[in-house]
Amino acid sequence: MGVLTRREALLAAAGFAAAGARADENIPAGSSGGDLLAALPGKKPLIQRAFRPPNFETPLADLASLYTGNAVFFVRYHLPVIPRVDTTGWRLQIGGPSAQRSLALSLPELKNSFPHVSVAAVNQCSGNRRGLFSPRVPGVQWRNGAMGNALWTGVRLRDVLQKAGVAADALEVVFNGADTPVLPATPDFVKSLPIDRALDENTLIALEMNGQPLPHWNGAPARLVVPGWTGTYWVKHLTDIRIQPTAFDGFWMKSAYRIPTGAFPTARFVSQETPEATPITEMLVNSLIVSPAPAARLRRGEPAQLAGKAWDAGSGIALVEVSVDGRQSWREATLGRDLGRFAWREFRLPLDTSKGGPLEVAVRARSRNGATQPEALTFNAAGYHDNRVQTLRVEVS
Amino acid sequence: MPPPARHSAPLAAVAAAVAAVSFGDALRAANEGPRAVAAEVTALRDGEGRDLTVGRCIICHSVEYIPANAPAMDRAAWQKTIQKMRDRFGAPITDEEAKQILDYLAANYSGKSG
Repeated sequence: MGVLTRREALLAAAGFAAAGARADENIPAGSSGGDLLAALPGKKPLIQRAFRPPNFETPLADLASLYTGNAVFFVRYHLPVIPRVDTTGWRLQIGGPSAQRSLALSLPELKNSFPHVSVAAVNQCSGNRRGLFSPRVPGVQWRNGAMGNALWTGVRLRDVLQKAGVAADALEVVFNGADTPVLPATPDFVKSLPIDRALDENTLIALEMNGQPLPHWNGAPARLVVPGWTGTYWVKHLTDIRIQPTAFDGFWMKSAYRIPTGAFPTARFVSQETPEATPITEMLVNSLIVSPAPAARLRRGEPAQLAGKAWDAGSGIALVEVSVDGRQSWREATLGRDLGRFAWREFRLPLDTSKGGPLEVAVRARSRNGATQPEALTFNAAGYHDNRVQTLRVEVS
Repeated sequence: MPPPARHSAPLAAVAAAVAAVSFGDALRAANEGPRAVAAEVTALRDGEGRDLTVGRCIICHSVEYIPANAPAMDRAAWQKTIQKMRDRFGAPITDEEAKQILDYLAANYSGKSG
């Protein structure tokens, strides 16, 4: 692997300073930086929320397709040293105190020893829409595009764990990837799952995304796919999997990615729970208006269509309702193809453009488990779980 | 990874190290080409303490995080963030430096309303 030593990484950082670099002078205080579109190697231009560690958001227009393209899929990292993994030398280590034996699987071994499985699933960053919070909260200021829907193909995590042998005392499974911090004191990005979620038939070690090998920036050569759960668990560039009888106590479980206990109706992660806080787990039922674009102008009398996506944590979408009269009445949108309960579902509804003036559209999705989108935000300091009823204001003229 | 060529200039070593990072390509291209290629951001508003702030922060991250977060920040929030960077992430910042960085960020990037 082309891993930077820490000294090299420090030198590299110093180099950035020495070069004085480029970029805007006079970035105003209070500015969210606007939408700087910039391309990482192998990617199309995305909204650059941060260059290093790379955090790039998918523009709204690129969320229009049923599957989000690999070249426009969002990129989210916590640590700046991201090696391009050399697949010939790559081994996936599986072990830990609750594993009956240790394995070191090469990529061909991983590919050829287990049945291949595909699942269409939404990958949504826990902090998607943080930048829309009121009051504002610190963190990457994502708007709507820290998410996408893809067809993930690989092997079941369960099959790999069972090859290692899962002892009866197994409590959590812990995942590490090849990305590392610059400083030795910075906590490595390591995540855990409860054993039942790790053994769920839908949890995959994915090798492909939309029929292609995983892009580097989305976790090549292998990443975890945890359908229904937020992106923080979808560990990229997987290198190590440990089965253990105790709760993993790393920073990224104990201190980060946590929500107030009991504040949201999502799966519990009991071994990581305290009376105050618990890890974020499942996504909430949610929707996104993709078109018309925000602040679009529609021509009076010309056909126009509302379109977007709705998703939840795996119950599936029952219906999407649209109001154009200030929430007095709701009409059902037409749902698109069902790609499976973990994928998003397209919705469409013609808009009446016979009258001129402002048009305010509200959209709410309902899950097959009965959950629906609320009008108000459940404020939490980390800026997670914004699934408010979606609104759009356009002008008809 | 092949060993870097032995040039005498330290910048060559830096360039080799940068090139080893996956986004090194992007950096080099960005210095030559248009803005559409993703690039490191190291510029912050002019002010007392800017160079120290940039110098410490960019050890681990590009600095567009700072203006992007300004709307959520005030002096107390910056103090908390600096403390977190030192205590949780191991940022090599002395007490005196932390004070200067706090003064700079509080003066230039406190956009929290209300």
